[in-house]
Amino acid sequence: MGHHNPDSPSHLKHYFHDVNQQYETSKFAMWAFILTEVLTFAGLFVAYIVYRSWYPDMFVDAHKLLDVNKGLMNTIVLITSSLTMALAIWAIQKNNKKLSVVMLVATFIFALVFLGIKYLEYSHKFEVGQLPGEFYSYMGPDAVHLNNPHIFFSIYFIMTGLHGLHVAIGMGLIAWLIYSTQKGNLTPEYYTPMEMIGIFWHLVDLIWIYLFPLFYLIG
Amino acid sequence: MSNKTKQNYLNHPKGIMSWLLTLDHKRIGLMYLFSGILFFFLGGLLALVMRFELAAPGNDIISNEVYNNVYTLHGAIMIFLFIIPAIPGALGNILLPLMVGAKDVAFPRLNLASFYIYSFGALFAMYTIINGGVDTGWTFYTPYSTQSSSNVVPMTLGIFIIGFSSILTGLNFIATIHKMRIPGLTWYKLPLFVWALYGTSLVQITATPVLAITMVLLMLERFLGIGIFDPALGGDPVLYQHFFWFYSHPAVYIMILPAFGIISEIIPVHSRKKIWGYKFIAYSTLSIAFIGFLVWGHHMFTSGQSVFSQIVFSFITYFVGIPTGVKIFSWILTMYKGQVSFTPPMFYALSFLFLFTIGGLTGIFLGAVALDIHLHDTYFVVAHFHYVMQGGTIVAFLGGLHHWWPKSFGVMYNQTIANIAALGVFIGFNGTFFPQFLLGLRGMPRRYATYDEQFVELHSYSTFWSGILGISIFIAVMNLFWSFIKKNKVDPGSNPWGGMTLEWTHTSSPPHPHNFEEEPVLQHGPYDYDKVIVDKTYKK
Repeated sequence: MGHHNPDSPSHLKHYFHDVNQQYETSKFAMWAFILTEVLTFAGLFVAYIVYRSWYPDMFVDAHKLLDVNKGLMNTIVLITSSLTMALAIWAIQKNNKKLSVVMLVATFIFALVFLGIKYLEYSHKFEVGQLPGEFYSYMGPDAVHLNNPHIFFSIYFIMTGLHGLHVAIGMGLIAWLIYSTQKGNLTPEYYTPMEMIGIFWHLVDLIWIYLFPLFYLIG
Repeated sequence: MSNKTKQNYLNHPKGIMSWLLTLDHKRIGLMYLFSGILFFFLGGLLALVMRFELAAPGNDIISNEVYNNVYTLHGAIMIFLFIIPAIPGALGNILLPLMVGAKDVAFPRLNLASFYIYSFGALFAMYTIINGGVDTGWTFYTPYSTQSSSNVVPMTLGIFIIGFSSILTGLNFIATIHKMRIPGLTWYKLPLFVWALYGTSLVQITATPVLAITMVLLMLERFLGIGIFDPALGGDPVLYQHFFWFYSHPAVYIMILPAFGIISEIIPVHSRKKIWGYKFIAYSTLSIAFIGFLVWGHHMFTSGQSVFSQIVFSFITYFVGIPTGVKIFSWILTMYKGQVSFTPPMFYALSFLFLFTIGGLTGIFLGAVALDIHLHDTYFVVAHFHYVMQGGTIVAFLGGLHHWWPKSFGVMYNQTIANIAALGVFIGFNGTFFPQFLLGLRGMPRRYATYDEQFVELHSYSTFWSGILGISIFIAVMNLFWSFIKKNKVDPGSNPWGGMTLEWTHTSSPPHPHNFEEEPVLQHGPYDYDKVIVDKTYKK
């Protein structure tokens, strides 16, 4: 069926004219999706703004309960992973499959480290009861005077949790990229999935770049 | 066009799996159409239950508790399961690639996924019904929605899931419109229905994620007591209303913009005259989509808003009237000195003009703070949004179905019955909802299962005509389906209304599985009736 040009590449879907149209369409849709993602987080940023303006002192004091070093470490880890992701794309463009796979694996490991550090932070908060809403039970000397600190932790957990979910989804996608690149499905002529997932990964990084100062560096 | 035309998207390929796993936008559109109509009837049935309960004061048929469930489910099903997903999903899917000359949408697999995500979300809504309903109203306002023991979570989860389907359809359509047009089909040569879908899709991808996150926050509030919306925990229930209407006001335009697009196609074709003010209509679509994001506060005039916010939101709300008025006048000017034929699609389009104008103007009333405080939560509001949503969107949807029915299925319905049903819809609709304006003005509050004696006359009048409305819609839809059974086939090459857009001029009815036998070459604009000789089969 259809009128396949005998020399049209196998990755070209029959409903596109040419490879370029297919690539441009994917890229365009990816950016539209990024817009959707930004709007998703925007709702939560609004909640953050509203409650920070309601409880400015509480936010400043509650943020001291977060571990700045771990947050900073995660920031560095994630920015580096953005670099390795970009290098993976650069490598595949240069037809260096091996380097591309190495860079993707590095990205995957950085993502894992990020979630590992996040896990340490979360489990500490679970232990001491710095939890959202009704589950908040922390009564340490640095928090007794706080007015509704559980609101801070509700927003903290929802925003970093949703971001963490994105990291986890990104890891799944990167794992698939490692597999496809290794198998030779992605080439200098066709590496659209890697570029799209790269855009997604940079967004995940970018959101963290905002989350880090807004939660860890207030005041 | 020889015996090749016998192969079309309906009969090729065959088998149930070829439908369930189809990547063909037309088949996916049909699946949206049938599920949409199913939910439309379900929602309509719930509406009739309400109307019959309200035929007389007191609890005659159902208890107050059941009534609360019925109006919630009516609203939620009509909005989230029918109008929002099914109209772009059905007519948009079937027509968009044809109108831009593409073989399919940009991402066919994503398109099928959208349909199944929608179906999956709908399952949660159905579970809600079986499990005893939900009684918060379709708006799920906190704090009641965090306390109600009814099925708030299954329903909001269903809406959350359906939201993803909406977003993916929007992404797909935007990418299709930007990148899949045939050479020469520039923005200003696009049919206006495509512009309407573009505006709709923009709102879908930017507003829906906010609804998704709102539903998540609501569920977390119920599961974990996060306190964001709970004043006892230092939160603010009004913030929920802000979040909800930040989505749900733009969602009104997700619902009405496709209708505008349908009307922009029907009126010029059936008036045999080039659309008046093409660019005005195209840009008014975009400005409605944009202004729609700035007016959500007008739903909250009585929620403890500052006077300053009230004035600002009220002022911006009036702005919506400008692009909308531009459209109405453009459609009227299109008909002026045209050859208007009273076909069923045109009947619906004319009904739309009349009903939507009333709906739109009463929206301006409600945008005025002083009047809104008086009319808030009364039947005036109920009548207003039904004039917009049913009198506007659903009437246009029915018109669109009648307009593109011969194109989509290659069969023609009985036009006399269709016209009678259209008239029944028009009269039945006005009979049902016009009295509700009066009820509202006299102080009848919405969402009540019973009422004072003074409202009996208007309520019973409304109930009587709602029966006529229900029967008329049923006849209209059955008349369409009957054309299958009767196999009243139109000639595959025919163009019964003489449309000039690509789906009429360059493909058969029903279309080829790959839309066009060969890539269409653009020879004329979408409304250039003067430049091209109308299809010979036009006048039977």
